[in-house]
Amino acid sequence: MKEFKGKGLFLDRSDINTDEIIPAKYLTEIEKAAMKPHLLEDLKLDGFHPKTDIKDRAVIVTQDNFGCGSSREHAPWALEVNGINVVIAPSFARIFRQNMFNCGLLAIELSKDRINTIFKEFGKSNVQITVDIETSVIMVQSKNQTKKIEFQISEFDRALIKTGGWVEYADKYY
Amino acid sequence: MGKTIAEKIFKAHLADEPFGDVSVLKLDRVFCHEITTPTAILDLVSRGKDRVFDPDKIKVVIDHVSPAKDSKTALQGKILREWANRHGVKDFFDIGHNGVCHAIFPEKGFVHPGFTIIMGDSHTCTHGAFGAFAAGVGTTDLEVGILKGVCTFKPPQTYKIEIIGTLPKGVFAKDIILKVIKEITVNGATNMVIEFRGSIVDEMTMDQRMTLSNMAVEAGATSGICLPDMTTVEYLWEFIKDDYSSRQAALDTFSRFRSDDDAVYAKHKTIDVSDLEPLTTFGYKPDNVKPVSQMKGIRLDQVYIGSCTNGRLEDLRIAAKVLDGHTINDHVRGIVSPATPKIFSQAMEEGILKIFMDSGFCVTNPTCGACLGMSNGVLADGEVAAATTNRNFNGRMGKGGMVHLMSPATAVASAIKGEIFNSSLYCEQGR
Ligand code: SF4
Repeated sequence: MKEFKGKGLFLDRSDINTDEIIPAKYLTEIEKAAMKPHLLEDLKLDGFHPKTDIKDRAVIVTQDNFGCGSSREHAPWALEVNGINVVIAPSFARIFRQNMFNCGLLAIELSKDRINTIFKEFGKSNVQITVDIETSVIMVQSKNQTKKIEFQISEFDRALIKTGGWVEYADKYY
Repeated sequence: MGKTIAEKIFKAHLADEPFGDVSVLKLDRVFCHEITTPTAILDLVSRGKDRVFDPDKIKVVIDHVSPAKDSKTALQGKILREWANRHGVKDFFDIGHNGVCHAIFPEKGFVHPGFTIIMGDSHTCTHGAFGAFAAGVGTTDLEVGILKGVCTFKPPQTYKIEIIGTLPKGVFAKDIILKVIKEITVNGATNMVIEFRGSIVDEMTMDQRMTLSNMAVEAGATSGICLPDMTTVEYLWEFIKDDYSSRQAALDTFSRFRSDDDAVYAKHKTIDVSDLEPLTTFGYKPDNVKPVSQMKGIRLDQVYIGSCTNGRLEDLRIAAKVLDGHTINDHVRGIVSPATPKIFSQAMEEGILKIFMDSGFCVTNPTCGACLGMSNGVLADGEVAAATTNRNFNGRMGKGGMVHLMSPATAVASAIKGEIFNSSLYCEQGR
């Protein structure tokens, strides 16, 4: 199982598409590692600088319909090679969400209110986020406060995460 | 309660239902091409799982960029070639023998009714024309398909689309599927299987059914299925004649998968095509569809005949009939890519390629090439193409280019005129 904790990266925008996550021109790359420098390089978001703002981050907190557009699995890979194993949002595009769990990565849905609260209370600070999939609890910590939030994923998705994704799961059980 | 063909195929292939929320299906075929498979291979290698579940069920082609256009595409081919070699995958179609995946695999007899098929390619739904459940998948699903011969799907919901009426002259399967997509929109069948039914589908040849099923994904569908019948059996007979005592025996076996009369459908629609005109797309979405008669006068820089939608022999025959004795407009670059070597050589024998060449078309080898704007006819910024392909997405055939999708008959009529133009006139004359 991968690690699901680390510094938060706050992307306060809906409908961030897979072209913004990893532009189409990198699809001829066959090594996942080649995508590392290009994560979110075309993201349109005020105040966001891909060159400096991604380093050391491990958990993305964002808004509705994250990962929409092209079905490219390069999007989760680009996150993974940058050490980002968790995205937390009110909703995801279907294929992106499936691709995340297939890769053993977490796409967690929280209510819009919950997400907005996290943005309001933690959005500007240096935040540590820890996801415990055994207890289904997310812990968000800043210097001044700690918040615990429950979440839900299906049993099959949990099993994919625990075994490290669909390749490992299928190889073990079929 | 009766069952749909998709439900019957699922039941026959069910390996597991983990936690009750998904179906894990056993696969009969895993198809591979050089764009999406190399990443899957490298990942399997890096996990120490460089294995294949069954080399005889894996079929491989290099089709998207062939011949390779640069060192990156050459490397993709090399990785695929070496992998197929080391695992003893015998059905590997390399340059000289290669064609567009969704044309060459059915032509080789690899697709049978009742099969489950995946490929890392969204138009895998084409193979549903044979009464198979065939779906495009992402890289991880492809990896697991290669490794274990299984794939997960949600239990199928089916959208039954009945095509009825009398098809007017000059109107083809391509026009019908454009009409379907226009009616139900680009996500009208998302997460569903489309089952194409009705007298028009019953009368269609396999080439026509493949055109229909090919674009099911443009309406969001996971697969586009036609029920197996004697037309399916005839197409496959040369490949299956040793397995069945007669054509009827084969049909009886395949008919077990046909949907029951009391099957339950999530959605249902009937489309009468008696008044259908030739159609074309006008924007960047496949459901932006208008009659050709309303699109007349749009100037074209390029006309492309080919792809897994309309690059088969029947398509080339229709195009040649319209084209015979004409030359294409001076400002149009005409490109035709017969979808497989067999189609290429039959078209040559029938004099079809000569008609194309005499009219000013460039005949290329079988490849995807221009369809996805990777080689063999990429558009420049601001250029306009008429194409028999399936996607008019922004930049699909080249950054800044516009693509209008249409039937082969409309495409060549438009090539002659130099602008989008109706072919019915030519078809009437040709008949
Ligand atoms: S011809 Fe076009 S749509 Fe068909 S498989 Fe090739 S690239 Fe895809």
